[in-house]
Amino acid sequence: MVQPLDTLKETSSQTAGPYVHIGLTPNFAGISGIYDEDLGTRIIEDGVRGERITVAGKVIDGTGTPLKDAVIEIWQADADGLYNSPSETRGEADPKCRGWGRFPVDGADGSFSFETVKPGRVAHPSGRDQAPHLTFWIVARGINIGLQTRMYFADEEEANSEDPILTKIEHQSRVPTLIACKEADGYRFDIRIQGHNETIFFDI
Amino acid sequence: MSKLFSPTETGAFVARNPGIHPPSYTPGYKTSVARSPKHAKLSLGMTLSEMTGPVFGHDILGDLDNDMILNFAAPGESPIGQRIIVHGRLLDERGRPVPGALIEVWQANAGGRYRHKKESYLAPLDPNFGGCGRVITDDDGYYCFRTIKPGPYPWPNGPNEWRPAHIHFSVFGHGFAQRLITQMYFEGDPLIPLCPIVRTIPDEEAIKRLIAPLDMNHTIPMDARAYKFDIVLRGRRSTLFENRLEGN
Repeated sequence: MVQPLDTLKETSSQTAGPYVHIGLTPNFAGISGIYDEDLGTRIIEDGVRGERITVAGKVIDGTGTPLKDAVIEIWQADADGLYNSPSETRGEADPKCRGWGRFPVDGADGSFSFETVKPGRVAHPSGRDQAPHLTFWIVARGINIGLQTRMYFADEEEANSEDPILTKIEHQSRVPTLIACKEADGYRFDIRIQGHNETIFFDI
Repeated sequence: MSKLFSPTETGAFVARNPGIHPPSYTPGYKTSVARSPKHAKLSLGMTLSEMTGPVFGHDILGDLDNDMILNFAAPGESPIGQRIIVHGRLLDERGRPVPGALIEVWQANAGGRYRHKKESYLAPLDPNFGGCGRVITDDDGYYCFRTIKPGPYPWPNGPNEWRPAHIHFSVFGHGFAQRLITQMYFEGDPLIPLCPIVRTIPDEEAIKRLIAPLDMNHTIPMDARAYKFDIVLRGRRSTLFENRLEGN
C-alpha cells in the first residue's frame, strides 16, 4: 500500500433543473423585490471600447426542438483581448467590458439575444493568437453538467484559419458548428446539442 | 466588476475526473436523452479563456441576500417550515479555501412548491417565501445562509417519481473552468437513493458528498437547526515550472 493522496474530490455536477431561473435570474422567473436586477444582464456599459455587436440564436435538442428553459452564460475578452478578471495577468481590461453575461432563453420560442463588443485576439499557450471568440456555458433541465462551447465569427476567416483550437480539431467538417453567421443585424449562433450538425462541446 | 479579491494563483486547472460527474446521457433521467451530445467532447487544453473568470464584489449583495427567511417575507412575518442554517466552506481540490466566490442558491418552499411561472404543483406557494439567495465566500472560503428546509416534490419522469428535499447551488470559482451547478441533499432522506437525478452520478462516494449532515454544533437553540455542506471546485495546477516558485 502507498499513502493516500491528500487531494479532495471535486463536487459532482447536477442538472440545473427547470426552475434554474429562480436562482440565477429571479426577476425573469417572476420573483421581484429580492435583487434589483438579474445578474449578468449587461456585458458592456456605455463608453465601452470596440465594435458593438448583437448575437442571437437558439439552443436546439436532438429532436430539433428549441430548449425553452435553458440559461446561457458567456465569457469573453474585451476589444483588446484582455479579460476582466483578477486572474488576468497581462494588463487591465476595459472596465466598461465586464466580459460576463447571463441570459435565459425566451420561454415561448427559445430564442436568446444579447449585445456585446467583438472580443480581441487572446494569446494561446503555444504563443500563437487565438481567433476572436466567446465562451458559452449552457445549463438546463436534462443537462447533467454544463455544456461548454465557443462561438467564432464568420467574418474573421483569416484569424479562424490559424486559430490553434480550430485547426487542431480532427473532424474539420464540424468546425462550422462553432462559427456564427453574419447577418444584417448581427451574428446568429444556433447551438445544436445532439444529432445533425451537432455543435462541438469542449471538455476543458 | 470590482477587484476586491486578488488571487495568488493564475495557472491552469487540473482536468476533471470523469467518474465523479454524471455522463450527459442518463436515460433514467428522461430529459437527458434528447439533451445529451452524441459526439465525444473535445479536449482543447487550458487557455486563458478558461483560466480566467468573473469575480463579483460585495457591491452586488443586499443585506438579506443570504437570508431566505427574510428576503421575501412581509415585514414582521416569516415563511412556514423548518428553520435551518446551511453553511460550509468552498475549497479547491488541493484543500485551499476559495475566497471571494459567488454562491447562488434556489429551492422550493416547505411544501415542495417552487415560485416560478412554469410550475404547476398543487401544493401552495408561501406568501413569505421567494426561494433564492446568494452569498460571497469570506477569506476562509466560508459561506452561510438561512432558509426553510425545502419539501420533496413530484415530477413527471417515471409514473411516480419524487425529488428528495434539495437546494440547488450555483458556484463560481476564480476561473470559468471551475463553473459548477449542483444540488445539496439532506442527511437521512430515504428518497435520495430512489432519485434518477441523483443516480445520474455513477460513483456512490461522489453521491455521498452531495448529502449535507445535520450539524448540531451550529444549530441555534430554540431557533434553527444547521446542515453543513462543503463544496470542492477544481484545483489549479502547480505553477512551479511556469513562472514562479511559490504555491507548490
